[in-house]
Parts: sequence; C-alpha cells; structure tokens
Amino acid sequence: MDVLTLSRLQFAVAAYFHFLFVPLTLGLSFLVAIMETMYIVKRDDDYKRMAMFWGKLFLINFAVGLVTGITLEFQFGTNWSSYSKYVGDIFGSLLAIEASVAFFLESTFIAVWYFGWKKLPPKLHCASIWIVAIASNISAFWILSANAWMQHPVGFVVRNGRAELANFIEIITQKYAILEFTHTLSGAYILAGFFVLGISAWHLIRKNEAAFFTKSFKLASCWTLIFALASLVFGHMSAGNLKDAQPTKLAAMEAHWETSRYAPMHILTWPDALNEKNAVQALAVPSALSILAGHAPDTEVKGLKEFPPEDRPPVLPVFLSFRIMVALGGLFIIVAACAWLKRRQIEGQRALLKLLPFMIPLPYLANLFGWTVAELGRQPWIVYGLMKTSYAVSPIAVSQVGASLIAFFAVYALLGAVDFYLLVKFARKGPEGVDHA
Amino acid sequence: MLETIWFAIWGVAWAVYFMLDGFDLGLGTLFPFLAKDEFEKRAVLNSMGPFWDGNEVWLITAGGVTFAAFPTAYAIMFSGLYTPLMLLLFALILRGVVFEFRRQIDSPAWKRVWDTCLVVGSFLPALLLGVAFANIFMGLPLDKDGLFQGNLFTLLNPYGLVGGITFVLVFCVHGAIWLSTRTQGQFQAKAVAMAKKLWIFEALLAVVFLVTTAIYTPLWANVLAKPYWLILPLLAVLGLFGQWFMLSKGRCWRAWFCSSLLILGVTLFGVAGMFPNLLLSSENPAYSVTAFNSASSPLTLKIMLGVVVCFLPIVIAYQTWVYFKFRDVITPESLKEGPSY
Repeated sequence: MDVLTLSRLQFAVAAYFHFLFVPLTLGLSFLVAIMETMYIVKRDDDYKRMAMFWGKLFLINFAVGLVTGITLEFQFGTNWSSYSKYVGDIFGSLLAIEASVAFFLESTFIAVWYFGWKKLPPKLHCASIWIVAIASNISAFWILSANAWMQHPVGFVVRNGRAELANFIEIITQKYAILEFTHTLSGAYILAGFFVLGISAWHLIRKNEAAFFTKSFKLASCWTLIFALASLVFGHMSAGNLKDAQPTKLAAMEAHWETSRYAPMHILTWPDALNEKNAVQALAVPSALSILAGHAPDTEVKGLKEFPPEDRPPVLPVFLSFRIMVALGGLFIIVAACAWLKRRQIEGQRALLKLLPFMIPLPYLANLFGWTVAELGRQPWIVYGLMKTSYAVSPIAVSQVGASLIAFFAVYALLGAVDFYLLVKFARKGPEGVDHA
Repeated sequence: MLETIWFAIWGVAWAVYFMLDGFDLGLGTLFPFLAKDEFEKRAVLNSMGPFWDGNEVWLITAGGVTFAAFPTAYAIMFSGLYTPLMLLLFALILRGVVFEFRRQIDSPAWKRVWDTCLVVGSFLPALLLGVAFANIFMGLPLDKDGLFQGNLFTLLNPYGLVGGITFVLVFCVHGAIWLSTRTQGQFQAKAVAMAKKLWIFEALLAVVFLVTTAIYTPLWANVLAKPYWLILPLLAVLGLFGQWFMLSKGRCWRAWFCSSLLILGVTLFGVAGMFPNLLLSSENPAYSVTAFNSASSPLTLKIMLGVVVCFLPIVIAYQTWVYFKFRDVITPESLKEGPSY
C-alpha cells in the first residue's frame, strides 16, 4: 500500500475510534447536568446518586475520548501536510479556536466537577458540569464547522498558492455548518439516550434500584424521543442541502445516475458503479427523490453521470451506509416513542425492557455510518471541489505510516477493550459501585 | 508586526505548557523512585489529579497556534518529525488514561500495568520534547522544499541528547517540588530530598546545556545581538538558584515558582534566540521556515489575535482559580474522604 492509502486508513481508524466516545460525552454531559440540577431543585437524593452513577460512566468514557482527540489534531500535520499548508489559514484557525475557547473549559472543569463534590457549594458544583456540557458542545461546533468547510468551502479566496480567509462569519454561519452541527449533535444525543435507557432497563428487569432507574428511564425517554425526531428533521434538511452543496454525494447516497426531474426512489436498489447503472432497481416511488431533495416533484437532481468518473465517490459503500443509517434512525424513533409512551408503567414492560439493552450499540453504528456517508461521500476531494485527497498527503515514507498504523490498531484496540470492560462492569454494578458519596 | 506578535504567542504557549505539564511529566518519571506504598502512589497521582488535563490543553493550544498562525511551519515540522511525534502522542495517550483507569479496580496487577504506563507515558514525552526542541534550536536538515532530510536517529545527536536529558531532569525537579507543596511530614521530606539531590545534576546539566548551546546553535549570537533579551537566561539562572535557596528554607511554593521561572526563562530564551526562524535549516539558512514566510494571512492573524486577547485571560483566570481551590495538602484521610484517583 502507498502512503496515501495508509494515511487514509490511519485517519479513518483514528476518527472512527474517537467518535465511539465523543457522542456519549456530548449527550451524557447534559443528562448528568440535568440530573444534578433536579437534585438541587427537588432536594431528592436519588438525583444526586443518579448524577454520580451516570457521571462515573461518563468519566470512564471521557478519558478515552480525550486522549484520542489529540491524535486527530496532530495528524493533519503529520500525514496531511500539503493539505495543512494549503488550507491552514482557515482550517487551522478553527481548530485553534476550538482549543482556546472550548477545550480548555471542558478539560479544566471536568476535574473541578469530579474533585469538587465536597469542596464546592452545590450550586457551583452543578454549574461545573453545565460548563463541561456546554463547552464540549461548543467544541463540537468548531470541529464540525471546520469539517463543514471541507465539505462545502465558503468565505475564502485562492491567493499566494493557498486558500486564504476572506469571510470568517460566512464560514461559521453557513447552512452546511449549522445543519452538520444540529444533525451530528442530535445523533450524539440519541446515542446517550439509548445508553441510559438500555442500562436502566437492564437493572429494571432485575428489580434492582427500581426508583433510581425509573427516574433515569423517564428522563432519558423524553430526551431520546425529542432528539430521534430532531435527527430526522435535521438529517432530511442536510440531505436536501446536498442537492446544491455536494451533488455527487447526494447522487452516490441514492445511487442516482442520470440527471433528472421527477426523480423516483427505488425501494430495492443495488448500484453497479462499473457499468454506471444499478444492477437491481425495483419498486419505484415516483418523484420521491425529487420531492425529498427539493420539496417539489419537478426538482432537478443531478446524477453521477453528470460528473467525470474520477470525480465521483465510491458509490456502493456510501449508498449502503446511508440506507443503514436511515433505517436505524427510523428504528430509533419507533423504540424511543414506545419507551416514552410506557415510561410511567415501565417496570411491567418486560418485552421493551429486554429489548432496550440490545439497542445500545445501534446508535454507535448509526453514528459511524453517518460519518462514512459524510467523509467517503466527499471523496475524491479532501476539500470539495478545491483540493483532491491525493494531493493532500505528506511527503513521508511508507514504513513510517505503516508502523504508526499498526501502533494505532494495537493501542486503540487495547484502550477500547479496557474501556468497554470498565463500562460494562460499572454499568452492571449500579449506583452502589460509585466509590464515594 | 502581526507575525512577530504571533511568534511571541507561539513561544509563550510552549513555555506555559512546559511549566504546567512539566511537573506532571516529571512526577510521572519519578513515580517509581518517589512512591513506594499505595498511599504515596495515590498522593503523587492526586497531586496532579485536578490539573494535568487542563495542563495538557496547552500542548493542544501550542499545536493549534502553530497550525493557525504558521501553517507551513506546522506542516513541515509535524510531517518532518513524524516518528518522534507519533511516539509522543502514544505516550501521552497512555499517560492520559492512567488517572481514570488505575483507580477502577483494586488489584495489584491491574495497578502495576497503569503505574508502568504512567512512567513510560511521562518520561518519553519529556525526553522527546527535549530532543525535538534542541534540534529545532540547532536547525534541522531541511532542503529547499522544506523536506526533512533525516530520520529519528538524525535527531539523536549529542546536542539533541543533551536537550532531552536536560528537559527530563528539569521536569523531574519541577515535579518533586510540586509534590512537596501538596504533601506533609515524611513524604514531603522525601520529595524535598529528591528535589535537592536532583538539583545538583540539574545545575551541572544547565552549564553543559548553556555551553553546548553556544557551540551548536545560533541562540546566543541572536540574543547577544539584542542584549535586552539577556534578561531571559538571567531569569532562568535566578530561578535555578532560587529553587535551591527556597528548598533549603523549606518554602516549597516559592521553590516551585522559582522552578517555573527557570522553565519559562529557558524556553523563552530559546524562542527569542530563534526569532524569526521557526524551523532553521541546517543545510542552507535561506531554506529556513520563518514567522514571515510561513504565516497565515493578515486577516486570519487579526481574527485569531482577537480570540486570544479575549479568551486567554479568561482561561488563565479560571485555571488559576482551580489551582487555588485544589491546592490543599494530601493526607491519607483526605484521600479516603473525598473523590480521588
């Protein structure tokens, strides 16, 4: 394999692995903050124990999310130096702002929260978890607006042989950035919601700490349903936005070859990129694609053939990832709605309680498939329409990247295994596993 | 002018990172020599517990500043120093998870694994950062396209190694002094004794470092050209002797501030001596990457300056508050009572 392939593989490993931990951080931080606020408002000790128990799982998860984030920032320099040189003026500043505005807050106050249970007055202590939650989400905003700029570059001029900043506000307020932020965040919140629902259900079915886990369940069921619906709305808007912003990605997601109005959607499809058509194409829903993309049946949707083959993303993986993500998203709405409807008499719902622990991994998959659509769907571009991925890579040796890639696999597999083991262990132990009170 | 300001911010970010995470890395390195029983081990971990994470963000910031203000330097430095940088990252990953993972399971074998990770994950970054910065001071073999003509072993030259050992030793003294501020009784005495013992080697190495710097690098020549910058090495020497003086008088906090002065002084001396080069080419000075030929556009530099001016004071304020709030002495009781690692 060459440096380009190895570097892409390495970035994929690093980014996928990092994003196994980030969504739970983004969502669970808010849930823990809400729990601790309820404790302060209601003076009910269960809520304090909830904040501590879910907070413990939060911290175990946070540790790995934190350390795996650092490698991502540095990889742009190590493996993608041509990219860094070309777009650093814009991309680098977004990352630097993330560090100075958000990451400092998050990393400092996570310790304040953990160490401060006795040292700080309750309200200040509660404020510190809100700061962590808000800062992590602001952090996500800067990272996602940097990614959105790679998907849909705006606010720049090409000058001095590189992309230079022309309009900062345009970059952070562009539609792509806002939609990517809202869709990614709702996906992350769904993941955190099912995490809490699944673990609560596991305990409820064993009649363990019923009051404690019923309260957790109620809170998480409202939360999950809200964001399962929000994710659908923002996801739909994001896909619609692609029609103009990234037509090749939309066409690959739908395996849509010919530019057309009244474009249908086929329930059964199997793309055949080699022959520029679909090998299987059946059960058409007339004009469905046009309506979804532009809310009108005569909306023109560009097909892949509109673009030269070397400018198209790999169709099959993007197409499949998109379908799986959408199917999972639909499932989340149904299950979250059931959980919400039955939340008041949840202890008797054995079937639902048995199902929910098995739901926990699914939002993880949905998040990873979503990122596959976003990143693979952007190919062959690293910055859409501006710079090809093959031009972005560093002048480094295969042996260097090969060795670091193996190290990534080894270290990350180990960390992942330990983290998974600890999460399962303490999730099962329940609130009595929290070491201090 | 903007480029010069950003060069200064770049240098300060690194200096503050070394000052803050320096004691974490030093304490991690000294861990097997300082901490014998479980209380001592936990005391060491908890002495840096509330701070190490916020300290590490200064590294992210230093990296981010390089990327945002000097993208070309960022690209050349990070791809050129690929292997040492990857080693640094993996070491910091191991160090980072120790705090959360080690306390979760009460088994000596489990704890031994993470103790080892702490030592490796602290010693290696200290050494690598020292080697890397010494080589940056001296100049890297960069060709006219900014390609690094060497490998990991190119960096392990005599001056690079002096830099590495100096960093490790300075961080170790810094860490031992930090531990002394947060402990009491016998364990504190042990930390002070360790700091004083290492101080002698640190002082010797400081001389070696300053002399080899004069031989191998242009730092002294550059600083002497603008003699007011001599204040920086002078402050470093003041900090060095202050460490010994304050330790002897039992004023641990003051000794730590002197230690910080030493680290800030040395780093900023290096930064001032490099200006305007971010990456000096040892092949031909004309190939060097400078603050001027690698800077971002004026608009980016201005916007980022606004961000730094607004947010960095806030960061410094709340980090200072956290240090102030969690600076209490660690005892067996305090570890039992409150949340701890």
